[in-house]
Amino acid sequence: MEGIIGYGAYIPRNRIKVEEIAKVWGADAPSYKRGLMLEEKSVPSPDQDTITMSVEASKRALKRSLINPADIGAVYIGSESHPYAVKPSGTVLAEAIGATPEVHTADFEFACKAGTEGMFVALSLVKAGEVKYGLAVGADTSQGAPGDALEYSAAAGAAAFIFGRDNIIAKALETYSYTTDTPDFWRREYQYYPQHGGRFTGDPAYFKHIVGAGKGIMEKAGMKPSDFNYVIFHQPNGKFPFRVGKMLGFEREQIEPGWLVNKLGNTYSASSPLGLTASLDISEPGDKILIVSYGSGAGSDAFIFEVTERIEKVRDLAPKTRELLEKNKNYLEYGEYAKFRKKIKKAV
Amino acid sequence: MPTPSRYWREIPQRYRFEANKCKNCGIVFFPPRLICPECKKREFEETKLAEKGKILTYTIIRVPPRQFVDQAPYAVGIVELDDGVKLTAQIVDCDFEDLKIGLKVKLEFRKIFDEGEAGILCYGYKFVPE
Repeated sequence: MEGIIGYGAYIPRNRIKVEEIAKVWGADAPSYKRGLMLEEKSVPSPDQDTITMSVEASKRALKRSLINPADIGAVYIGSESHPYAVKPSGTVLAEAIGATPEVHTADFEFACKAGTEGMFVALSLVKAGEVKYGLAVGADTSQGAPGDALEYSAAAGAAAFIFGRDNIIAKALETYSYTTDTPDFWRREYQYYPQHGGRFTGDPAYFKHIVGAGKGIMEKAGMKPSDFNYVIFHQPNGKFPFRVGKMLGFEREQIEPGWLVNKLGNTYSASSPLGLTASLDISEPGDKILIVSYGSGAGSDAFIFEVTERIEKVRDLAPKTRELLEKNKNYLEYGEYAKFRKKIKKAV
Repeated sequence: MPTPSRYWREIPQRYRFEANKCKNCGIVFFPPRLICPECKKREFEETKLAEKGKILTYTIIRVPPRQFVDQAPYAVGIVELDDGVKLTAQIVDCDFEDLKIGLKVKLEFRKIFDEGEAGILCYGYKFVPE
């Protein structure tokens, strides 16, 4: 059986509160906090990007997997904020962890589900026997246009997973994908900020695809909501995961352990993958976990994992996700945030 | 500013902390050398530096070189790694009032600088509190 042999998370230390953003744009912070169920979000430092966070998350996954990085045959980063338009992010990661040169590397893009796409392909290559180990990372340093609702949530983080056949900590019991062409959120070439369809990003987009993938994978696996200890849905804001969970028949207690968005924001390609790392951090052998991502455009990837006894041996070899969320925080004022995110025009 | 070729040559050190050790006298060199300056021998074995250490000394840079202007003020320190090797690097994710000699730090992969809006992105190591 194939599955996850190591996982790692990375969250930058900087945070900005909803109140701080709302103050600048004359918006009503309490209604944003209530509407989005969001208090603050993570912000990358000027020296952090999708590549640096991917390297750190992957090193933590390597610590838990206890493998030789040279044996990794596939390295994938899924992101909508790859630092280069042309030049892969994955080559830097593969080189930094020591997986080069005998390795297949690619960058994935699919709005917020690029991370689970990489996971899907890495796991499939391991299943096919093409590679011994496959590494997949979801990472983003996403930007919302100043003053837009997205600015309150677009955050930064990374989650890495190594797949293999031996010494598995979570068996991959089932996978499923649900995809249609739905233009709910996009960014054209050379545009700095994305555009979105407002309420159109809800019912025909997020909810339709997550419900489709959630129902599809449970039917394929012959399982029902009560069979799962933990469930993670993509977290664009605090409300959506609970609402879609209710639609699928899940309880709040199954969602909450992997629900990080109120203190983290929407980390895009890292959003549901980071929820999975937080759930693995506290899971017991035999626990079953469902993860359903969502990427605008639009599609959802779903996975069912069953945790093995090995989790107890490797869990403490790297920092846990909720510790990263609470540790060494640095609150930014809007001016610093605007500088860090290059929102200020400077003389050339 | 490094050219892409110079940046590329330094990748094993900047990304993976690769060093070499003289087989004769055991001295570790970072970056690696071809000839040992002590015993003049050319036999080395590859090694990797420790990724943890402590601050030996530090300073705060307030008037930085051009590529680092957006990062100022920032801390630069000499770190003694757990294997005894000493090297200079930026110390980040640490408020200045918490910086102190002897503070335990660990390596983190960060962007060092970029060559303007269109040039290459240069990555490497910095230190953060452990």
